[in-house]
Amino acid sequence: MSEVSLEIDGKTVTAAEGTTVLDAAQGAGISIPTVCHHEKLEPFGGCRLCTVEVDAGGRTNLVAACVYPVQQDIVVRTRSKQIDGIRKVLTEQLLAYAPESEVLQKLAQEYQANKDRFAREPSFCILCGLCVRYCAEVKKKDAVGFIDRGPSREISFIPEIAAKECWDCKECFPLCPTSALQAAFVLMRSLTSLGSSHREEVRT
Amino acid sequence: MDTAKIEQIIDKHHCEASALIEILLDIQNELHWLPPEALERVAARLQVPVSRIQHTATFYKAFSLVPKGRHEIHVCMGTACHVRGAQRVLEVVENLTGIQAGETDEEMKFSLDTVNCLGCCALGPVMEIDEQHLGKLAPAMAADLLKKYE
Amino acid sequence: MPRINSPAELERLRQEILSKRDPDRPRVAVCAGAGCLATGAEKVIAAFNAEIEKQGLSAEVTTKGTGCPGFCERGPVVVVGPEEICYLQVTPKDVPEIVAKTLKENKVVERLLYVDPAKKERAVHESDIPFYRNQERNIIGNNIKIDPKCIDDYFALGGYSALAKALFGMAPEQVIDEVKKSKLRGRGGGGFPTGVKWEAARATPGETKYVIVNADEGDPGAFMDRAVLEGNPHSILEGLTIGAYAIGAHEGYVYVRQEYPLALANVSLAIRQAEERGLLGRNILGSGFDFTVKVHRGAGAFVCGEETALILSLEGKPGEPKPRPPYPAAKGLWGRPTNINNVETWANVPLIINRGADWFTGFGTEKSKGTKIFSLVGKIKNTGLVEVPMGVTLRDIVYKIGDGIPGGKKFKAVQTGGPAGGCIPEQHLDIAVDFDELTKVGAIMGSGGMIVMDEDTCMVDVARYFLNFLAQESCGKCSPCREGIKQMHRILTDITEGRGKEGDIDLLEEIALSTRSASLCGLGKSAPNPVLSTIRYFRHEYEAHIREKRCPAYACKELVSYYIDPEACGACLLCMKRCTSDAISGGRNLIHVVDQVKCNRCGTCFDVCPAKFGAVIRLSGEPVPGAIPEELRVVVRKKAATQEAAKEAR
Repeated sequence: MSEVSLEIDGKTVTAAEGTTVLDAAQGAGISIPTVCHHEKLEPFGGCRLCTVEVDAGGRTNLVAACVYPVQQDIVVRTRSKQIDGIRKVLTEQLLAYAPESEVLQKLAQEYQANKDRFAREPSFCILCGLCVRYCAEVKKKDAVGFIDRGPSREISFIPEIAAKECWDCKECFPLCPTSALQAAFVLMRSLTSLGSSHREEVRT
Repeated sequence: MDTAKIEQIIDKHHCEASALIEILLDIQNELHWLPPEALERVAARLQVPVSRIQHTATFYKAFSLVPKGRHEIHVCMGTACHVRGAQRVLEVVENLTGIQAGETDEEMKFSLDTVNCLGCCALGPVMEIDEQHLGKLAPAMAADLLKKYE
Repeated sequence: MPRINSPAELERLRQEILSKRDPDRPRVAVCAGAGCLATGAEKVIAAFNAEIEKQGLSAEVTTKGTGCPGFCERGPVVVVGPEEICYLQVTPKDVPEIVAKTLKENKVVERLLYVDPAKKERAVHESDIPFYRNQERNIIGNNIKIDPKCIDDYFALGGYSALAKALFGMAPEQVIDEVKKSKLRGRGGGGFPTGVKWEAARATPGETKYVIVNADEGDPGAFMDRAVLEGNPHSILEGLTIGAYAIGAHEGYVYVRQEYPLALANVSLAIRQAEERGLLGRNILGSGFDFTVKVHRGAGAFVCGEETALILSLEGKPGEPKPRPPYPAAKGLWGRPTNINNVETWANVPLIINRGADWFTGFGTEKSKGTKIFSLVGKIKNTGLVEVPMGVTLRDIVYKIGDGIPGGKKFKAVQTGGPAGGCIPEQHLDIAVDFDELTKVGAIMGSGGMIVMDEDTCMVDVARYFLNFLAQESCGKCSPCREGIKQMHRILTDITEGRGKEGDIDLLEEIALSTRSASLCGLGKSAPNPVLSTIRYFRHEYEAHIREKRCPAYACKELVSYYIDPEACGACLLCMKRCTSDAISGGRNLIHVVDQVKCNRCGTCFDVCPAKFGAVIRLSGEPVPGAIPEELRVVVRKKAATQEAAKEAR
C-alpha cells in the first residue's frame, strides 16, 4: 500500500492509498461532522453532512468525505461559506424529523440551523441507515431493512426475524441518532401485525 | 397461487441471486402481482435475505404487492402528454373509476396507475388499457372509452 | 441458417442477398414502430398483404413492417419503393387504392401525400418532405429500409462489415484511437468523450470486463433509443461487439426498460439470429474473439439510467447510485472494469469504423461532432424523431422541421434534457444546439428530449411537474436529494395552488443550492435545474402566482375559473352536454351558467364552445362576475338582434 500526501485545511497529511478523506482528516486531528457514519460499518454516504471541497485535476468538487478516497496532491477544505451553508440546510431538513436529537442539536448550534425552518414531519426517522447496516453487516441477521424509495422510503422490520432476534439484541437502538423510539416503535408495530400464533411463539 | 410456476421461473434463471429482478418480473407478468408466498419462496431458494427482496420489490415500480384488477389502466404522465393536458384526463378517469392512481377498485375491475412515458408522444395525451394504446385523449372522451370494459 | 466463418463469407453472403433483390422492383415499407402500431399499422400491413395477394402481385411486390422513420405525428407511415413515395396516415381502407394506382399504374395517390404548408404543394418523395429534408439521418434513416426481425435486411445495408473490419483489420487500440479521433461524445446525457471512456476501461488490468448498452431511456418524452433499438437492433449489437473487442470484454448486457416490450422482443431476436450466424458467441467470424450478450429488463426506476444504479440493478439489487470514484471503468459490474454507453452512442460506432473518424467530424460543431437524434414532442405540429447535425439552431428544429406550434398559438419555451434539464425561451431560439451551447443557457442536451411549450403552458407548473416526477424516482438514500426535492415540490405545489408566499423564490433557490451541491448522484445534482431555469426566464410567472394568485397561462386549476359571458352565449347546449362534472345549467334559449362549486376545471367547455360564440372565458387572479338576473338569461338570437339594430340605424 503506497502512501499519499494531500492537504487538508492547510495542513499536509499523509495517508495510505485507499483511505477516505474522513479517516485521513481524523488521523490528523481534523474533525468533520457525520451522522450516518460508524467505525464498525462500511461508509454509507447518505447524510452528506461530511461534504467537503476538494481541488483535484484543476477542478473543485464537493464530495462526501466518508467515501472519497485520498489522492496525491489534492487540496481539501472542511469548512467554508459554501460548506457551512450546505450543512445548515441539511441539518434543518433533518431537524424537521427529530428536533430533539442530540446529534442534530449539536450540529444546529455549530451551523446556526433553525429547527423550525421546515414543517415538522410525522416521523422520527432520518433514514441514516445505521440500524439497517448494523443488522446486516455486524449481526448478519437482516432483521430490519429499507423499503420503497424517495420521500416514501422507510425502515421496516421483518416480523418473523425480529420476533426471534430483536428482543435479545436491541444493539441497533443506541445507534439511532434521533431516538431509540423510532426503532422500537417500528419494531412493535411490525410484531403486533404478526398474528396471534406468532405472538404465542414470542412469549415462550 | 401456482407454486409449480414459481419454481419453474426460478429454475429458468438458474436460481441466481443476481437474476432476482428478472425472476420477480416474470412472476409479476404471470400472476399480475407478487404474492407474499412467492417472495418467501424466492428468498429461500435464492438464499437472499428477505429484507433485500422486500426492498427490491418495493423499490421498483413494475412490481405490485397487491393483486391487480381485471383491467389495468396506465395513464401516461410523461412531459409531452403533461403539456398536452394529461393531468385533466387523469382526474376525469379517477372520478369515473372512483379510485386514485395506484389503487384497484373493490370489484377488482380496474387498476389505475400513472406511467412515465410510453414512448408514443405523437399520440399524447395517451393511456393504455390492457396494453392497448388509446391516444389523442380529451377529458370528455374518457367516459365512453371506459364503458367498453366489463 | 449456416454460420458465417470469415469476412469473405460475409461479403459473399451479402452479394448473394443483394443479387436476389432487384432495386427497381416495387416494395412497400410500413412503419411498425410502437407509435404506428398503436395507430393501426398492423392492420395496414395485413391489408397490403391481402390486397397484393388478391391482385396476384405477391411474386413481384414485397411488403414489410419496418423500424420507425420518425414522422410519428403522421403515422401510419408507408413508403412505396423504388421511388420512395411517402404516404401518411394510411388506413386499411386506403390500401386497395395504393395497390391499384401506385403499385400497378405507377401513379400517385394525391390525398395521402404531405402538403407543404409554405409552398402549398404536395411532397411526393420522402426526401421532398421538409420534415425529412432538413435532417441528416445517418442513423435513423436506415430504419424504414429494415424489417428489424430480418437479419438479411441488415446485411443488405452493409451490416456487420464494420465488425469484420475491426476484428480483422484493426488492433483494439486502433479501434479506440479511431473513436477518440471521431470525438464522439456520449449520447445519453453525460456527453463524455466515448473514446476516452473506452480507453480507461481497457487500461484497467483484469481478464474479466463488461460492456453494457443503456437502453433505460427514462426521460419522459424521449423515445429515440426506443426507435433505434426496435428498428435496427443489429446496429447496436454490432457497435457493442466492436466496443467489446476494443476494451477486451467478452460479456455484454443490453439493459432495456420493461416499458418497451417491442424493443425487448426485437433485440432478443436479433441476438439469437446473430448467435446463429456466428456474429455473436464463440470465435466471431472466425476471428478467435468470443463475445456473448444477454438482455436484462429494467423494472420501473428512472434512477437506473444512472450507470452505477444500472449496474446494481444487473446485480439484482435496488438501484441506489454509488459514489464515484471509483468509476465503472475501474470498478463496475461485479467489481470489474465496465463500460456503459447509451443506445445512440453504440449506434454511431459501426458508422465511425466504416466511414472513418474524419467523415464523422465533418458533421457538427467544434466540440460536438456528429449528428444527434432528438424527440420533438409537445406543442408542435410535426411530433416525431429528428436527426440533425450538432449545431443546427433550435429555431430550425422547431419551425423548419417541426413546422411550428399548432392551433396558431405562441411559442413559449423548449424544455431539453428531461428532468435534469432546463427551459429555453424565445430569446435563445437561435442558439446552435450542441452540448456546450445548451449548458450556457441553463439547459442540457440530456438524451435528446425536446418538449415544446406554448402560451397555454404554465412554467411554474412545469417545474412542479418535474419535481413531482423526481420525487417519485429518487432512490431516497441521500438526504439533500430526498428532502430537497420533497421540499421544493411542496413549495411549488403551494404556489400553483394559490398558497405561495413572499420569500418562496429565495427559499427555492437556497434548497436548490444544497441539493445540487451535496447530492450523491446526478439525479439529485440536476434536480434543481428545471426550477432554476424557469425562475431565470419566467420569474414573472412565479411572481404572478405568489402575489396576485394568478396563473398567466390559465393552467393552474386552483387559480382558474371558467365563466360563460352572458353577452356572447348562444345557448347551444354543447358545453352542457360535454361538461364532465355536470356543472353547467341552462337550456335551449337559456344562457348557460357554470356552477363554480361543481366545476372541476377540466376546460372542456372552453374547448368546445363554438368559435362564433367564443363565450367561455378563463379568469385568473380576478373574481368571477356575479350571476345575472334570471329574467335576463333568455337568449335573444343574434341574427334577429342585428337585423333589429340595422333597421333602427336606418
